[in-house]
Amino acid sequence: MIELRNVTFGYDERVILEDISFTIGESESAIIMGPSGSGKSTILRLLLGLNYPQRGDVLIDGMNLNQISDRDLEEVRKSIGMVFQDGALFDSLTVGENVGYYLFEHTKQSTEEIETAVREMLGFVGLDADQVVDQLPEQLSGGMQRRVAIARALLATNPKIMLYDEPTTGLDPQATDLILRLVNKLTEEKGISTIVVTHQISDAFFLADRFLVIFGGRLIFDGTIAELRDSDQPQVRAFLAPYRQSLELVESKGFRPAQQ
Amino acid sequence: MKNFAAEFQGLFFFSGRSLAAVFRPPFYWRELIDQLYVNGLGSLWLIVLTGAFAGQGFALAFANELAEFGAKDYLGRIMAISIIRELGPVLTGLMVAARVAAGITAEIGAMKSSNQLDAMTAFGIDPMRKLVVPRLVGLIILVPVLTIVTNVIALVGGWVIAAFVAKISTTFYWSTLIDRLVFGNLFIGIMKPFVFSFIIAFIACYKGFSSEGGTRGVGRATTESVVLSSISVLIMNFFITRFVWQAIRGFV
Repeated sequence: MIELRNVTFGYDERVILEDISFTIGESESAIIMGPSGSGKSTILRLLLGLNYPQRGDVLIDGMNLNQISDRDLEEVRKSIGMVFQDGALFDSLTVGENVGYYLFEHTKQSTEEIETAVREMLGFVGLDADQVVDQLPEQLSGGMQRRVAIARALLATNPKIMLYDEPTTGLDPQATDLILRLVNKLTEEKGISTIVVTHQISDAFFLADRFLVIFGGRLIFDGTIAELRDSDQPQVRAFLAPYRQSLELVESKGFRPAQQ
Repeated sequence: MKNFAAEFQGLFFFSGRSLAAVFRPPFYWRELIDQLYVNGLGSLWLIVLTGAFAGQGFALAFANELAEFGAKDYLGRIMAISIIRELGPVLTGLMVAARVAAGITAEIGAMKSSNQLDAMTAFGIDPMRKLVVPRLVGLIILVPVLTIVTNVIALVGGWVIAAFVAKISTTFYWSTLIDRLVFGNLFIGIMKPFVFSFIIAFIACYKGFSSEGGTRGVGRATTESVVLSSISVLIMNFFITRFVWQAIRGFV
């Protein structure tokens, strides 16, 4: 379970997040939305223990990240898979080395065993292992890089929680659709708790039933798609205005197009 | 002034954390070997050229000057002192600062700007141990070795000038030179590159880790890294000569 309790975070004198509280249960999916620079990605960094809040607590499965040792933090991180914005693949390593990075670094598995696991995982995310395994990340398209990043996160930690930072930003519609399907597949087949940070509202509707809207560092909305549609908060309404049509389409059909 | 103080404080704490990380497992041997290969072998040609031309230029200038006083026989002695104690370490330090520090800062800065450092941390790998320690240890090994290479090449360059321009006998040049290879000179000649290696590694890695502002920020950090490490090498060289040399000159 993921829990943020009255979290406030900032750099120097600039407040990024202010008094944020929410809980996400096991196997639950949530979307964190908001305009660029509203502090969405910072929440993921706090959940990974890459940053610490000035006030409040971040808890993963009851463990308070502010209070645990480095060793325990590493254990917590093992339960979390993170897909960074733009993939954050190690650009000097091949796709195979990227996907098998964690196993190479942390386990004593043989190279052959790791290669087999890497190929399986590349297949799982819909990539032809023979074609991509020896390529460098820069030789892949944006969508393929994002899928390699997902494969790397999955193989690394066999996670209970997946965090995605803007997984579809900058991708063409076909690649976006592939990524959305993959995120849904993971959430449903593996029962992983998922948090997706995005400002691509049209994609967000296809990924979860629960929406959190951050505006100016504050959590201004937490609810379902129907509650989101009916929200009378001016900031939420202004933020959603360009996407009303997509929202109504998703709601009227009662399914997520990416699951078709 | 406030920025300078903050930067110095940041560098100070970063250096402390880097040193502490050296003694905490795991140690990334493969990274160290990569660093030794890339920075050592890659810098060799630069060091050879620098040593050869600096040694010859220095010898030529001194040979002409000494000849006016009928003292050109002192060339070997002067070369030993100036190259081993001063020129060899400083030139090597500056070359390494220019080539290796720039590479380290640019690489780490680029990794930071593309979230690769965060990805590494998320996978339970401490970038300090994975990136900084192998580069620090690599430079601690490389800078003294490269300095010795610079010294040898520069002294050989000096011999070329002594033998073929100043017409000093080879035996005399080398015997007067070897006479000055005493503990004090050798100690200073090895101590300086050892100290420079820490300075260059700390500044280069710190600048990479603290770079901000995308590709432009990485470019700026790389420039600052080269400038700051070069100036620090020159300043530290002065202080070592001034204070350490004073302390050990009795051994000369």
